[in-house]
Amino acid sequence: MPQSLYDKLWNSHVVHEEADGTALLYIDRHLVHEVTSPQAFEGLKLAGRKPWRISSVVATADHNTPTDHWDEGIKDPISRQQVETLDANIREFGALAYFPFKDKKQGIVHVVGPENGATLPGMTVVCGDSHTSTHGAFACLAHGIGTSEVEHVLATQTLVAKKSRSMLIKVEGVLGRGVTAKDIALAVIGRIGTAGGTGYALEFAGSAIRGLSMEGRMTLCNMAIEAGARAGMIAVDDITIDYLKDRTFSPQGDMWNKAVGYWRTLISDDGAAFDAVVELDAALIEPQVTWGTSPEMVTHVGGTVPDPAKIDDPVKRSGIERALSYMGLTANTPIAEIPVDKVFIGSCTNSRIEDLRAAAAIVRGRQKAASVKQVLIVPGSGLVKAQAEAEGLHQIFIAAGFEWREPGCSMCLAMNADRLEPGERCASTSNRNFEGRQGQGGRTHLVSPEMAAAAAIAGHFIDVRTLG
Amino acid sequence: MQAFTTLDGLVCPLDRANVDTDAIIPKQFLKSIKRSGFGPNLFDEWRYRDHGEPGMDNSKRPLNPEFVLNFPRYAGAQVLLARENFGCGSSREHAPWALEDYGFRVVIAPSFADIFFNNCFKNGLLPIVLPAQTVDLLFAEAQAKEGYRLAINLADQTIKTPMGLVFGFDITAHRKHCLLNGLDEIGLTLNHADKIKAFEEKRRLEQPWLFA
Repeated sequence: MPQSLYDKLWNSHVVHEEADGTALLYIDRHLVHEVTSPQAFEGLKLAGRKPWRISSVVATADHNTPTDHWDEGIKDPISRQQVETLDANIREFGALAYFPFKDKKQGIVHVVGPENGATLPGMTVVCGDSHTSTHGAFACLAHGIGTSEVEHVLATQTLVAKKSRSMLIKVEGVLGRGVTAKDIALAVIGRIGTAGGTGYALEFAGSAIRGLSMEGRMTLCNMAIEAGARAGMIAVDDITIDYLKDRTFSPQGDMWNKAVGYWRTLISDDGAAFDAVVELDAALIEPQVTWGTSPEMVTHVGGTVPDPAKIDDPVKRSGIERALSYMGLTANTPIAEIPVDKVFIGSCTNSRIEDLRAAAAIVRGRQKAASVKQVLIVPGSGLVKAQAEAEGLHQIFIAAGFEWREPGCSMCLAMNADRLEPGERCASTSNRNFEGRQGQGGRTHLVSPEMAAAAAIAGHFIDVRTLG
Repeated sequence: MQAFTTLDGLVCPLDRANVDTDAIIPKQFLKSIKRSGFGPNLFDEWRYRDHGEPGMDNSKRPLNPEFVLNFPRYAGAQVLLARENFGCGSSREHAPWALEDYGFRVVIAPSFADIFFNNCFKNGLLPIVLPAQTVDLLFAEAQAKEGYRLAINLADQTIKTPMGLVFGFDITAHRKHCLLNGLDEIGLTLNHADKIKAFEEKRRLEQPWLFA
C-alpha cells in the first residue's frame, strides 16, 4: 500500500502502541532552549531520574538574550537567571552540543539545528517551542511540545502521541517576482484559517515547493503551526541533500552514502492517501500583509482592510471589530496607505542568510524613510551573522540607517529589551501578530523580508515589485 | 499531578475565538524557572489596566472591570467556557499552569489548538470539546443566570447543566486513565523501558549516523 511521507516517519518511530491508538514514539533529536526547559530539568532531578540519551540534545540560549551590548551581559536579572539555569543544567547533564550566550554559533534554536546538520531527514525532532515544525523542511517529523513532555523526552527518549490526520498542500506553478515562501505560508493560512490544520500533519508539495531553497522550505514549515498544524513537512530531494553535505553533524564518507540512500526514500509514494488536500496556484499568490491580530487576518498588498459590517457570522464580525480596534485601523483602508513606525527583520521564520540577502537587495543604495523610528536586522545565528558580514550585507543595512544586531529571537516575542511601545506599528518578518506579541499594545503586520525592507524605505506598506 | 474525578464548578464565559497562549500568559512571565505562581498573571493584559511585570504586587494593580474574569459574579470560577481554537500559538505550558494556578479545572470549547490541548492533560486540567451549538447554549445559559454551575464527571464522561441536561464528551482511554488516577506519565512509560532499549539498539544498527 502506498505510504505518505508522514506515514513513513510515523511508522518508523513507533516503539509501542496501545489499543486506543496512543503510541510511544521514539525521539531522535531533542532541541532545548532556556525558557521551556528549567522546570523539566528540575522535575527530572526531583524524581531522581537520569536523561535517557543526552547525546540527542542540542541546546542554545535564544529567547532572553539581548541583541546589542553583549559586553554588558544580560541586564534583566530574571532573564539572566533563566539563561544561567540552562548553563547549569547543561553543565550537569551534558549535550551533543551547546551554543550558550555569546558563543559564535549561538542563535535561534530553529536556525542553529539545521545549519549544523543536527536536523537530518527521517528524524523525529522535538523542542519545547511551537516553531519546531520548521525542521519538517528536512522530511522530519518535527513538532513543538510542552515542558512536561520535555521532561518526558529527557527521561524516556519517547513521546506519548497519537497519529494525526494528514493534509496535502499542493502548490503548483512558478512564484511571481517578489513573491516568497513567506507569502505562500500566509496565503495558505488565509485559505484554511489558523485552525484549518488542527489535528493534521501537513505535507507541502508541488512544483512551487520543489523550487524553494531549504531556507524557503524552513520558512514555510515554520508557519505550519500558525495554520494550526503541529507539524509540516517536505519530501527529500537534491536540494535537501546538497544543503546537508559537510555540515558539522552530517554523516561523512561511507556513512553519508548510506544515509543518502535512505533519505531518498523519504517521499510520499504515488497514490498515497491523504485525509484532506488543498491546492494553490503559485502564479496567483501575491505579496501578503496581515492586517489583524491572527495570522489568518491577511490580504495581499493591493488589498484593503476588511469591513466588519459586511460579515454575517457574529463571532467572526466581533473578532474583526476587536482586531481593527486593537490595530488602530479603519475598514476599507488600502493596505498600501498604512504607515509603519518600526520594522523587524528576523525570527525563526525569516532570519537566515537568504532572507538577509533578499532584504539587502531591496535596500541597496536606498535610505530608511525619515518617519520610520527604527529598523532592526537580527540575524538568526552567529554563523548567519558572520556570513552576512563576509558578503558585506551589514554595510548595506547600516548605510540605509538600519540597526545591525546580534542573533536571537528578539522582537518576535519581545522577551528581551527589543519591543514595540504601545500603539507602535511594525512591519515584521516574524510569525505571530497576536495582541501584545511584540510588546504590550504593539501592532504587528506580518510580511516577507522583501516587503519589510520595502516598507522601511517607503515608510508605509508598498508592493515590493514596484520598487524595481 | 492532581487527579480529576468529578467537579461541580462555577462557569466563567470568555466570549472570544482564537484566544492564544500569549494572551493567556504574556511572555514576560515566562522568565520564571518555576511551575507555580502564574495564576495572578492569567490573561494579564486583559485583566489589568497597567503593564504587568514579574515581581509586581498584583493585588495593588488596577483591574479592568470590563474583563469577564473580573466580574464579581465569576469569582471562584473553576470552569472556563471558551470559543473556537482556544490555546493557539506558542507551546508554553505556562498557559495551563496559569489556568490551573488561578483555580480552573475544566475548559470547554468547540475546538482547541493541539499543543495546548495536550499540555492540559499533564496538569490535571480537563479540556472538553463540545459541538458549537452546545457551546452556544452553555454561553447563553451562563450569561443569563448568575451562579451558573456545571457538574462534570470524568468516569462517566458527562457534563450536567443545572436544568438537568446531560452532554457526553470524548477522551482517549489513556488520558482518562492518567487523569482519573493522577498518574505520573514518565513512570508509566518507563514500564516499557525494555521495548525502548530494543528499539533504540535496532535503530543504532540500521541508521548509525543518528547516534554520532
